[in-house]
Amino acid sequence: MSSHGIKDRVAIVGMGCTPFGEHWDKGTDDLLIDASTEALASAGIAKEDVDAFWLGTAMSGMSGMALARPLQLVGKPVTRVENFCATGAEALRGAAYAVASGAYDVAMAIGVEKVKDSGYQGLVGAAKTPTDGTTRTLTAAAMFAMCAPAYGKKYGVTDDEMRQVLAHIAQKNHYNGARNPRAQFRKEVSVETICNAPLMAGGLGVYDCSGVADGSAALIVVRAEDAHRYTDTPLYVKALSFVAGNCSGNADPDYDYTWFPEIHMSAQDAYKQAGVTDPRSQIAMAEVHDCFTPAELLIMEDLGFAERGTAWKEELAGTFDLHGELPVNPDGGLKSFGHPVGASGLRMVFEAWLQMRGEAGPDRQIDTVNDRKLALTHNLGGYPGEMVSFISITGTELDA
Amino acid sequence: MRGIISAGGYVPYRRLDRSEIAAVAGSGGGRGTRTVASYDEDTTTMGVEAARFALRGAGSARPDLLLFSTVAPGYLDKTNATTIHAALRLDEDVTAFDLNGSVRSAVGALQLALQAKQPALVVSADLRTGLPGSADEAGNGDAAAALLVGDDSNGTVIAEYLGGASTTEEFLDRWRTPGDTRSKVWEERFGETKYVPLGEHAWKRALDAVGVAAADVSRVIVASSHARAARSLTGRLGVAKEALANDLSATVGFTGAAHPALLLTAALETASPGDVVALVTLADGADVLFFRATDAISSYRSVRPLAGQIDNGAPIAYGKFLTWRGMLPTEPPRRPEPDRISASVTGRTEDYKYGFVGSRDQASGALHLPPARVSRVGGAQDDMEPVPMSDVQGTISTITIDRIAYSQSPPIVFAIVDFEDGGRLPVELTDVDASQLKMGDRVEMTFRRLFTADGIHNYFWKARPVRG
Repeated sequence: MSSHGIKDRVAIVGMGCTPFGEHWDKGTDDLLIDASTEALASAGIAKEDVDAFWLGTAMSGMSGMALARPLQLVGKPVTRVENFCATGAEALRGAAYAVASGAYDVAMAIGVEKVKDSGYQGLVGAAKTPTDGTTRTLTAAAMFAMCAPAYGKKYGVTDDEMRQVLAHIAQKNHYNGARNPRAQFRKEVSVETICNAPLMAGGLGVYDCSGVADGSAALIVVRAEDAHRYTDTPLYVKALSFVAGNCSGNADPDYDYTWFPEIHMSAQDAYKQAGVTDPRSQIAMAEVHDCFTPAELLIMEDLGFAERGTAWKEELAGTFDLHGELPVNPDGGLKSFGHPVGASGLRMVFEAWLQMRGEAGPDRQIDTVNDRKLALTHNLGGYPGEMVSFISITGTELDA
Repeated sequence: MRGIISAGGYVPYRRLDRSEIAAVAGSGGGRGTRTVASYDEDTTTMGVEAARFALRGAGSARPDLLLFSTVAPGYLDKTNATTIHAALRLDEDVTAFDLNGSVRSAVGALQLALQAKQPALVVSADLRTGLPGSADEAGNGDAAAALLVGDDSNGTVIAEYLGGASTTEEFLDRWRTPGDTRSKVWEERFGETKYVPLGEHAWKRALDAVGVAAADVSRVIVASSHARAARSLTGRLGVAKEALANDLSATVGFTGAAHPALLLTAALETASPGDVVALVTLADGADVLFFRATDAISSYRSVRPLAGQIDNGAPIAYGKFLTWRGMLPTEPPRRPEPDRISASVTGRTEDYKYGFVGSRDQASGALHLPPARVSRVGGAQDDMEPVPMSDVQGTISTITIDRIAYSQSPPIVFAIVDFEDGGRLPVELTDVDASQLKMGDRVEMTFRRLFTADGIHNYFWKARPVRG
């Protein structure tokens, strides 16, 4: 198997991201127009200058025409992609690989989801594939809730300690989101409030679960050698890795729900592509898929940010806080943004775009970027035992 | 010699305390408990459970014919016995028929099986409903029973069929119009004046036909929805008081079509060789059947004795009971209701969905639930053998409670179950109170109705704790 990657061959030269939230007054088309307009302006180009488009949406439209019609793209190749909660990241992969191949000079990746029109709280499934009715119909919250007791049992973390660890993750991400004008929830939440919230599934309360929101994010990619025609501060693509799980965790009695093999494998691939040997010291910031607080805990170990069995202590010690050793979810994460499925992956890259270029603003600019030049974003889609995992690594400098 | 080879009774886990009824309904209720089918059970699923017990206790004996009787079938037009047939993994040359609609259909199916030539599995089940405060609501119960009938060439007969007699008459005692969830009854005394002579005539003719004296009968079972007529007739049969069987009215209730076979199953679980057992039923006439326990009954062991099942119930609040029966609609979770299942997808996965058959990769030994073509270990393709898993127990690896997802009776209790000899399935638990469960607990599989959409019942398996 060879995963060569496209390190330093493609650069992000413009980005846009709508505020995430309950956009009762905006439809899918409006969100797409808003995000793409901002991204085009950021790169200083018009839509006619873009050669090809990748649209990521899980449940808000089908086919490339879902973008070509609202933007009135005439005679353009537009590809609609879907890969669960890594759908937005999938659009980035398509656009970046197309430019790296030489097929196109300029490509747009755009993700969108309009989830608040369903009439239900939370995410409701998109695909209506006919079934035999034998697969479970649980919520994601219930599936991820299983990880906390499994982790606690394996590493000797008491229920009370685990409650504090998960509360710290939620409190940290809400602290970060409170300082971000694009976040859906812009309020700090105390550990006490988090611990006393109504239970949703297993031991997870309301604040252990990310919300849902409408939103869209977009970016423009060009060949690395062309990047400075568009901006003085491009973000180079160092690695794009993706693993679609074979769903063995829910069939294999040896899987213990204390780690996510798909994430571990995609991290190894990404680090190899980017030449990262010590992620904890080389990476300036990470945006990870904190759909539920136990997910962020396990992801820290799968990404190699903490040794197995130690991430719970690192979380409590503040290692991953906004001004900690390695800021994780400095924009507030899914906890503060909610999760418009097709947009989240690109929203994470947008945070790397702001932070790595020093544009996050004085309230929340992190300083690890002063001596580290790499940012990581991570999406998972699915459930413990059966998930997809995407990782991007981007950087502000080309390797010598 | 023809008779009964094996018997399996099933009573659901939940019990309604009759004393709770009057406080809510204003009247009705009484003393003792009745059994209550879970929200995910119907007559078909309870029939499957009873039939599984009967077949597991039957050695190598298997039926060539399956008969299913109930007053409350899951489907009309479509045969319900075929679902039981699939869950038991019977071969396609085993015929399956419904004899449904009336209480009497069940004892009729038993008589047909006793007169037939081939081994026959006679399954009866009932889910007894009545309006709040009614006598039926309090006095009835839910249950199923299955009897494997055959010759000694088919298996070991534990109770020989000696013969019997029937009487029939058209009169209105109780009735239900199709579509109604309750039955109505005429003045009790009228039915009594009909049933008692019908029963006496059948009893006398049966004694004469079999050549047994009433005093020689070791156990008499009288099963009837007309309790008063049953009591009157019992006093006129001329049998010793100690021969009268417990009719389970104090703990289970009258279980309609299931009751004759349920009481016969209970009697066989305590019978000794040579005992003569009389089964008397009063339903639109009278049916009397005589059996004699054989020597083999001394070594017969019920797979799941009824006495243990009756003792191992747990209470259900009256309000929840009413909700489960559709008498008290409550606000559902604000999640989409499930879509109907696909007939053609189900047709392709019948062995797994109904029979809970997984597959084992012959190269690596890895077990797959659901069955797969490509192994998750080693990747061998199309090298699998089927593995029936419905009778394999498992252990809870990890557990969760979902308070948000759609369910007819939230919250959903869900676990990752690891089976003996390999294999894992994320599966819903049933007949549990979530607070009682922990990792490491042992569970067994049970056939249930997950939901109904577009009139299609989605049958599949859940796990429940292993109980005595």
